[in-house]
Amino acid sequence: MDFLRPGSLDEALAMKAERPAALPVAGGTDVMVEINFDARRPEALLDLSRVLSLSTWKHETPGMLRIGAGVCYARMVGELGSLLPGLAMAARTVGSPQIRNRGTIGGNLGSASPAGDCHPVLLAAGAVVEVMSVRGRRLVRAADFFTGPKRSALEPDELITAVLVPAAPGPQQFAKVGTRNAMVIAVCAFALELRVAASQVGTGIGSAGPTPLRAVEAEEFLAARLPWDSPGPLADSLTREFGALVAAAARPIDDVRGTAEYRRHALTVLARRTLTWAWDGYRKERSDSCG
Amino acid sequence: MRVTMTVNGTAVTADDVWEGESLLYVLRERLALPGSKNACEQGECGSCTVLMDDVPVCACLVAAGQAEGGEIVTVEGIADRRGELHPVQQAFIDAGAVQCGFCTPGLIVQAYDLLRRADGVPDDADLRESLAGNLCRCTGYEKILDAVRLAGARMAAVAGGPGQFSGGAR
Repeated sequence: MDFLRPGSLDEALAMKAERPAALPVAGGTDVMVEINFDARRPEALLDLSRVLSLSTWKHETPGMLRIGAGVCYARMVGELGSLLPGLAMAARTVGSPQIRNRGTIGGNLGSASPAGDCHPVLLAAGAVVEVMSVRGRRLVRAADFFTGPKRSALEPDELITAVLVPAAPGPQQFAKVGTRNAMVIAVCAFALELRVAASQVGTGIGSAGPTPLRAVEAEEFLAARLPWDSPGPLADSLTREFGALVAAAARPIDDVRGTAEYRRHALTVLARRTLTWAWDGYRKERSDSCG
Repeated sequence: MRVTMTVNGTAVTADDVWEGESLLYVLRERLALPGSKNACEQGECGSCTVLMDDVPVCACLVAAGQAEGGEIVTVEGIADRRGELHPVQQAFIDAGAVQCGFCTPGLIVQAYDLLRRADGVPDDADLRESLAGNLCRCTGYEKILDAVRLAGARMAAVAGGPGQFSGGAR
């Protein structure tokens, strides 16, 4: 095995072009587990932790954030909570403090696990994944990025360099079911975004399908039925119907963490809860700004 | 490959390091620092917690090459250079927070990091959250939480505040 240590993005892209089988490693929270357990022996590790340009985030344009692939979960919690509350909530549920200090958003995407905690939020927010190679730069919608369990649209010579995501255009929520409050791989997860000005809804389902999924029908239903202009309490029938549509969009299987039936049921609950939280947040914001 | 880094304040070099090797393996097997414990090798248990460039991490999930040029503090570097225990270590003894002792080094490093950043004794939610990645199979955690509270109170009570306990390696 070789250990490749690029000091810049250009150098990293050149190495990846020359050695497409080299496995990128940043926080190591997925890659090192596979190596420690002899589950993977890549011909080379491509250490991205010295490519400092990957570890920054900024406003790309007004309202659009560019989060470098090397930004770790602890920084999503500490620095992005007001701009992307849904992402901060999801990052907060990852592993433990030690894991959140190392694991990165780019690594989460690169592993492309159906249970990755960032993914539902990125789907709900309509995020775009920026990938680069010596051939150039490519933008892939998060919704098109995941192609199967642990498979993505990334080409062998490409590296994930950033995520482009609009600053929250309204309330965002994330909820996850697991056996305890820490160190949990999601049994299922759900993310919701209410785009207030556009009267649109974004959703993301995690760990209940071969890839993270949007619940498109649920989004359209909710966008059409939410009383955006006179936001009173939501009817139970509305939140229940939304929950049912979210569950219907999932494609879960039975596995060690839970059954398909349980996951569908839990998603109806998570969808109702996150909707109620998000809507209450929207109502409060409106009444505060009117008061 | 060769890996050079600073461990507990001392520049060290490890040779013949396998490229897929973890920082934990280098510390334990090549640098004769067995304080950091090897248990789950997947970041679940926290027994191998060390500070890397001032941030607590699971040493089992750091590739050795990623630590090149880094500053590592292990449990061996928490006491001061004369061997006087850090208040966190003393509190673990006084509170009876050690049973088999396997999880203790990771907890000491993690609690040390928590308390040096905390203003006084952290509240219970922060305390539990901070230690959520350190598993103990003996104590039921209550004595561990007692120990961290005790250490926090002692550190806060000392004139000059917690800053004076910065660890021997640092």
